[in-house]
Amino acid sequence: MDFNLTQEQRHIREEIRRACREFPDAYWREVDGKGEYPDAFVRKLTELGWLAAPIPEEYGGAGLGITESSIILEEINRSGGNATACHAQMYTMGTLLRHGSAEQKKRYLPQIAAGELRLQAFAVTEPNAGSETTRIQTTAARRGDKYVVHGQKIFISRVLQSDLMLLLARTTPYDQLEDKTRGLSVFLVDLREAKGKMEVKPLDLMINHHTNSVFFDGLEVPGENLIGEEGMGFRYIIDGWNAERILVAAEAIGDGRWFIERAARYANERVVFGRPIGANQGIQFPIAQAHARVEAADLVRFQAATKFDRTERCGAEANMAKFLASEAAWEAANACLTTHGGYGFASEYDVERKFRETRLLTIAPVSNNLVLAYLAQHVLGMPKSY
Amino acid sequence: MNIVVCGKVIPASSVTIEIDPATKRMARKGVTHELDPAAASAVEEGLRLTEKHGGTVTLVTMGISDATIGIRNALAMGATSAVHVLDDAVAGSDTLGTAKVLAAAIKKLPFDLVICATESSDSYSGIVPGQVAHLLGIPPVTFAREITLDGNRITIKRQSEGGYDVVEAALPVVVTTTSGINEPRYPQLKGIMAAKKKEIKIYTAAELGLSADQVGEAGAKEKVLTVGRPPKRQAGKVVVDEGEGGKQIADFLAELKII
Ligand SMILES: Cc1cc2nc3c(=O)[nH]c(=O)nc-3n(C[C@H](O)[C@H](O)[C@H](O)COP(=O)(O)OP(=O)(O)OC[C@H]3O[C@@H](n4cnc5c(N)ncnc54)[C@H](O)[C@@H]3O)c2cc1C
Repeated sequence: MDFNLTQEQRHIREEIRRACREFPDAYWREVDGKGEYPDAFVRKLTELGWLAAPIPEEYGGAGLGITESSIILEEINRSGGNATACHAQMYTMGTLLRHGSAEQKKRYLPQIAAGELRLQAFAVTEPNAGSETTRIQTTAARRGDKYVVHGQKIFISRVLQSDLMLLLARTTPYDQLEDKTRGLSVFLVDLREAKGKMEVKPLDLMINHHTNSVFFDGLEVPGENLIGEEGMGFRYIIDGWNAERILVAAEAIGDGRWFIERAARYANERVVFGRPIGANQGIQFPIAQAHARVEAADLVRFQAATKFDRTERCGAEANMAKFLASEAAWEAANACLTTHGGYGFASEYDVERKFRETRLLTIAPVSNNLVLAYLAQHVLGMPKSY
Repeated sequence: MNIVVCGKVIPASSVTIEIDPATKRMARKGVTHELDPAAASAVEEGLRLTEKHGGTVTLVTMGISDATIGIRNALAMGATSAVHVLDDAVAGSDTLGTAKVLAAAIKKLPFDLVICATESSDSYSGIVPGQVAHLLGIPPVTFAREITLDGNRITIKRQSEGGYDVVEAALPVVVTTTSGINEPRYPQLKGIMAAKKKEIKIYTAAELGLSADQVGEAGAKEKVLTVGRPPKRQAGKVVVDEGEGGKQIADFLAELKII
């Protein structure tokens, strides 16, 4: 396989890198410290059209593939920033593009592309259903031409910073289903109209993701905001998983490269016992090893992305890329922290912030255990383990 | 309004410049290039003028094949098309040779206004725009920190040491822009996509009617004899404050007649 980027893809990489330079470490440090949403950053990227990359040209986007979208998210993380503030729009876009009606696309996509509407929230996880998505209990009951939603979600990010939210809710009770993967439906919720029937309680987490508990108390969603067919929601979400995994992998690659660059630089600069600490194999080998792992993961990521963009089956590659990249980034994070010694814990070096941020990628949006379960069962033909 | 912007694509600011000892020239091949930030300002000014008055912006550049990335950048910002003089024969041109090439390329285009940066950010000679104006037979209007157009007239605020002069001229002219004239825009993603479809016209020196002895190393009247590093700076004087550091500094400055 040939993973040389096209001239246009290289140009995209150069330009997103340049745009990110306007938001240096100090910006991200401040936003993180204050627990703020990186609003200026998201605005700038939206204005330049970066977040509309996967939206088709007819709706005002750039009509680009997962390869390009992944390069954009990678470069944000590689610059020292954190793409989570704006990645959900790319993660979820496939659901809307593939399964949304022409009417829904016409109504929302041009405004999303123009930056007038933000679709940065995606509500799946519940207290009693994390990894086991088919067990969600939040219900959406049909009442005439609308659905009425009751229940609770947890760990739902950016609800307060978004105008639109994709919601997965149960439309048929679990015990009435023969096929347990049915009975769930996806809705596009207009958060601007949800006041009073929905309560959002921010959670205090290790990272600045603007993550909340969300309580639905009779929220009304117009029937026209149901995406695709009722009861098919889980399938639609699964359809988006490969794209999501490739994008997460790219963010991890970006983190990994950031850690390795910082670690190598510091290893050359810091002199202890009369020589740079990088002269010690105990310091340089872990960095070199992490580098090799990040670069290897990157190849699988591009293999997955290339297949995805050619509409070939890529479940195996997408899952392997997510696993390898998030583990490699975490290894790089550890090597970087070790290299920085005590200074790695000082926020002004940014290592501790990135360290916290990259750790998430092994757990969310999907835990690596579930990724391995997929590989074992669907690629290697072993029994289902859960 | 047809605007031509002369701009150079140079090694990126992140690149450590090496001098090739054989040619005594900057080693340019194979290093990452970017549109000179000074040229980006000139392109930006051209775009702002055509956004107001209508018309086209054409980038004219002379450079090696690595320059394509910078040309695409200008096109992604919004330039209409580009002309790239790409020819081994022009390598090693001195400023006059460069000006001959640029002027010959500009003459192939319709133009009302030529915009150049005051000087490039890699070699800082600052002579080329004046030479281009001479070869085109039109006036140079230099150091513009603000440009306004009104029909056939251009008015600039010309940066001077203490402030600015207002200079007016009839088009066509060559105008040079100062670095502070504007903040060049970042290309939009859609601009990057559109750039792919825009034309980059490539010329050799011969196609511009220039013979091999007029340009390049062969035509150069300037010769680089040696290239050296600037002398090492002397170690500074360190004042240790043991209660009267301030006085020592004041004495030192007085000695230099600064205070
Ligand atoms: C910062 C942050 C932001 C988030 N944002 C969102 C969001 O915007 N929207 C959203 O819907 N969700 C969001 N999440 C939730 C996230 O997707 C879940 O936390 C994740 O899917 C794991 O679910 P869980 O926490 O319930 O873990 P559990 O399902 O309780 O699992 C706990 C642990 O057990 C392991 N495990 C479970 N079953 C098995 C098995 N069969 N074999 C092996 N191991 C197993 C898991 O891998 C995990 O390590 C976010 C989470 C965080 C931390």
